[in-house]
Amino acid sequence: MKAFDYIEIRIPAKPQYVSVIRLAISGLATRVGFLYDQIEDIKIAISEAVTNVVQHAYEESEQGDIVIGCALYTDKIEILVTDFGNSFDFEEIKKEVGPYEPNSSITQLREGGLGLFLMETLMDEVKVNSENGVTVFMTKFVKREQVKHRDQTITS
Amino acid sequence: MELNIHFRKINNVLSVFIEGEIDTFTAPKLREKLESIVISQERLIELDLSKVTYMDSTGLGVFVALYKNVTRENGNLKLVGLTARIKRLFNITGLSELMNIEVGAKVE
Repeated sequence: MKAFDYIEIRIPAKPQYVSVIRLAISGLATRVGFLYDQIEDIKIAISEAVTNVVQHAYEESEQGDIVIGCALYTDKIEILVTDFGNSFDFEEIKKEVGPYEPNSSITQLREGGLGLFLMETLMDEVKVNSENGVTVFMTKFVKREQVKHRDQTITS
Repeated sequence: MELNIHFRKINNVLSVFIEGEIDTFTAPKLREKLESIVISQERLIELDLSKVTYMDSTGLGVFVALYKNVTRENGNLKLVGLTARIKRLFNITGLSELMNIEVGAKVE
């Protein structure tokens, strides 16, 4: 028996499908046993990853697909988001992202670029490979104490 | 409808009720509606987010843009009715330090 179930979804890189992926991943995370708050975190992280591809990788051609691969384990979920468009330099982008500083001036406030920061904050592990297109690999573990809590809430 | 926005004006307070999911698909509609707001020093713009069921960085970007416009024009902006989930997003990004935010139940 395999250690995990693997599910793959392919969508056109268009904004209207981001919520569809969010819903699908939310359903899969429920199967693994994540609780509400963790599922909401995963929903944001996957949306950020897919949104990045929709907004950046296909700016020129407007043609292209995003493939979302999802491995379900007993205690974690692994999500792979990959495109076949333009790659971006993760390290370069990473330098420009992060939370807002309390004393930053109004004009300095960025209106974008929080996506990668949120992915890294909300997931346990995030890796990006931009050699051939962009591939984002994210992992989140089921918190043990929350599993206990889940058992309690199911019986109550 | 994935995102509904409506306005209510009482005296100097313009309330904006936002309902639904804010993501890269719905954000342009929200941005457009918020850009149509006339900003003035006398007026308080109050965004009611109590019925926002989902939001990510695209939503934050829209609110940051409005916040910048309002601040530039010496107007007043307040975000009210934030759920714990939405509040958390403002907290981890540091935006709650900058913007005027109220958590909790809104008055119907």
